[in-house]
Amino acid sequence: MNIKFIGHILSYLLIMESVFFVPSLTIAFFDQDGTARFILVTMALCLLVGTALNQLTRKYETQRYYAQEGMITVSLSWVILSLFGALPFWLSGQIPSYIDALFETISGFTTTGASILTEVESMSRSLLFWRSFTHWLGGMGILVFMMAVVPLGRDAGYSLHIMRAESPGPSVSKLTPRMGNTAKILYGLYFILTAICFVLYLLGDMPPFEAICHAFGTAGTGGFSVLNNGMMAYSPYIQWVTTIFMALFGVNFSVYFFLAIREYAAALLDEELHLYVGILVTASLLITFNIRPLYSSFFESLRYAAFQVSTIMTTTGYATADFDLWPSFSKTLLVTVMILGASAGSTGGGLKIARVLLLLKTLRRNILQSVRPRSVQAVLINKRPMDEQILDNTNAYLSAYCVIGMICVILVSIDGYSFETNVTAILACFNNIGPGLNLVGPTCNYSFFSPFTKLVLSLAMLLGRLEIFPMLALFNRRAWVRHR
Amino acid sequence: MKIVIVGDGKVGQTLIRQLSKEGHDLTVVDSNPKILNNNIENFDILTVEGNGASMETLRRADAGTADLVIAATSTDEINLLCCITAKKLGAKHTIARVRNTEYREQLVALRQELGLSMTINPEYAAAREIYQILQLPNFVKRETFAKGRVEIVEMRVDEKSPLRNLPLHQLPSAVGFNILVAAVLREDQVTIPSGNFVLQEGDHVFFAAKTAHLMLLLKHLGLSPQRIRHVMIIGGGRIARHLIPRLLEARIDVKVLEKDHDRCLQLYSEFPQISVVEGDGSLQQILESEGIHQTDAIITLTNIDEENLIISMFANHCGVRKIVTKIGRLEYGNLFSDMGIGSIISPKERCSADIVRYVRAMQNAEGSEIVALYHIANDLAEAMEFRVDDTVRYQGVPLKDIPLRENILIACVTHDNEPVLANGSTTFREGDAVVVVSAGQHMISHLNDIYAE
Repeated sequence: MNIKFIGHILSYLLIMESVFFVPSLTIAFFDQDGTARFILVTMALCLLVGTALNQLTRKYETQRYYAQEGMITVSLSWVILSLFGALPFWLSGQIPSYIDALFETISGFTTTGASILTEVESMSRSLLFWRSFTHWLGGMGILVFMMAVVPLGRDAGYSLHIMRAESPGPSVSKLTPRMGNTAKILYGLYFILTAICFVLYLLGDMPPFEAICHAFGTAGTGGFSVLNNGMMAYSPYIQWVTTIFMALFGVNFSVYFFLAIREYAAALLDEELHLYVGILVTASLLITFNIRPLYSSFFESLRYAAFQVSTIMTTTGYATADFDLWPSFSKTLLVTVMILGASAGSTGGGLKIARVLLLLKTLRRNILQSVRPRSVQAVLINKRPMDEQILDNTNAYLSAYCVIGMICVILVSIDGYSFETNVTAILACFNNIGPGLNLVGPTCNYSFFSPFTKLVLSLAMLLGRLEIFPMLALFNRRAWVRHR
Repeated sequence: MKIVIVGDGKVGQTLIRQLSKEGHDLTVVDSNPKILNNNIENFDILTVEGNGASMETLRRADAGTADLVIAATSTDEINLLCCITAKKLGAKHTIARVRNTEYREQLVALRQELGLSMTINPEYAAAREIYQILQLPNFVKRETFAKGRVEIVEMRVDEKSPLRNLPLHQLPSAVGFNILVAAVLREDQVTIPSGNFVLQEGDHVFFAAKTAHLMLLLKHLGLSPQRIRHVMIIGGGRIARHLIPRLLEARIDVKVLEKDHDRCLQLYSEFPQISVVEGDGSLQQILESEGIHQTDAIITLTNIDEENLIISMFANHCGVRKIVTKIGRLEYGNLFSDMGIGSIISPKERCSADIVRYVRAMQNAEGSEIVALYHIANDLAEAMEFRVDDTVRYQGVPLKDIPLRENILIACVTHDNEPVLANGSTTFREGDAVVVVSAGQHMISHLNDIYAE
């Protein structure tokens, strides 16, 4: 284990986190809301621990850094960032319990958007901003951001191991030869799309503060709102903008890269994109017809259906309608797209469409193979045969996903709430969505759960965002054994 | 710079290691995804799977916007086709590995049509290097500069050597003429020594000297220049076929051991003067019956590193005076220096050094040109020759007044075709050639890079 280098990366992250607090601090000074000193204390703490760690791990070497190190770096970073990120909520007393503050912060970084707050509008604007900002940072990945700004040694492949562990999807594709440049391009695209979303919100007469917070929530496919009513409070125009942008942020970012360099064929002929759009449109239309009797016009029910499908499938978690009251068929469809999730390489969570595609094609191949044992079958994605290793990993991921989901449901059921509540709460956290059904439905929140359940749900969010394996690597005893 | 490397074999991998260290954006093309995967985990590069000679693959690798495309697959024809295609797509420069000497005439004649900036032939270069070493077998390695007039030679200090426990400032009086120690390799560490440095047993010393003085140096060190009269070559592949005519020209008796019957016949028909033995050169019995105890030198050129190492160690045990060992993978290079396997030749390393020189020269198109670049001392130091032009600073300033970076030495200045070993009062000016030895981390691609600040 290359503990020195892992520590060195973590030290940079902590120093970066203290910088991330600067906008919140500015708002706190501007509003004079009394949170400034708590933010300052957190910043100082991050800076202090970060610098100390940086000095301790000065003599790092980038060479011996493999997949295991990458996974441990990523999962440790997310845990540590959340632990520090929760401090201002707790110190300022706006969220009295540290466990609740941690739940809220992890929910932010993992872009889940599940909240324990019953009353959002009474929070100070500086902390609301921080809450939404965590969505934006967590969406594309904090370590990816770090790789874009901190060059730590260019001869090693360490960056790939980190990227693999942090980026969602079955495989990672570099866009340029250098990982640093790839990270810069990804954040550039992310920034531009967020800015466009922000401007469109402003044009819809959303106040600037709300516009920027909601733009962060949409971009990171998070789902924290700064209003008690969430997106229900806004005009149909804003709801349509949100629907479209959530869907856009659920697309693999390499598609935008190929569009930007005018490789239209590579961008638009992607099989994952086709399946993603196909599911999105089909589910929206089916639900539109199903809920048609509840609303006055076809167009209105389409707006509600499309918004809900987009928000659930991209794992954002805003809501414009209480879909808990919808017919059973619609609810079932929504739970289904909950599990499927967004595209690989996007800011969304869930199982990922790329995996679904691989799983379906593997299934088809295996059935064909058993019917006609001598026929040659391969899994082709975009006309290229997929590596067996990736197929194996995808199958293993599905198993891990089911097993861990089940264990979490059992642990949560100790609290004694309804089956529907428990299952959808785990699905909503594990897939980084936010709202579920019944007691955790779109108009409710997670405050009523016991502290133990909240910790289980927090862990589920981290497991879901980092795609299980990196978190499991933390618990591998052998990783921590010191050789020589 | 943007560089596309086609062919992820041994040369390709050496290039990836070197060029990614120097900070270039690399895209590597190969048809074997396993090898590519292996590399992507160790280096910050982009990989493209496919046939590197096809336009579709090259387009996916974005060869059209590349500054340089290097074709280093195992097949000459594919390499040539790859370069033509890349050039057509818009690549600025192309380098092809062409090993078959039958194409040499075509390459000269068709250079323009083929769009080649440079061709490399690792086996040919290796043969030339082996021949050089055999000429003066007391030295482990020889690197030539200034059109062959100056060399940096490597010598190991053994227990009988008069260099043992000698402070360097006494060296000129010990050997009787002007000589410069450019670098010393001691236990995996390279130093550019000062006058107080004392040599120890086991050190590898790198002398800079005029070629004409080398014999004299040996004489003053009390080493009789050993002339090689009989050479035994294990493995009759490409390098052997390049090497044999040179050896024959120097009237050296050659014996080749080769396993493969067809290759034996081919060698025999090509060079009727030599003695060809069909047999496995890694068998002790065969080596002994073919006279390993009588031969002056043994050169191990089989395709398997481990075999070469074993044969060379056995030869050392039998007391063969000069041993040359071919090693393909130099990752374990620092293990070899004290194993008694003599001079190590690595064709891949040599040709990748040539390409690195070309790349550095490309980087400063309008700067002082790199004429030669060698990696010495287990890759821990570089010896380079630069041409001085008007962009170079500190012209006409005595060397003792020039602020150099740490671990940099100016070894020699060639003025009007007359090389002079550098001392404190030496100066250089436009048109001269300067040999620099660098043991630092800093990359030198222009003569101005050697100055501090």
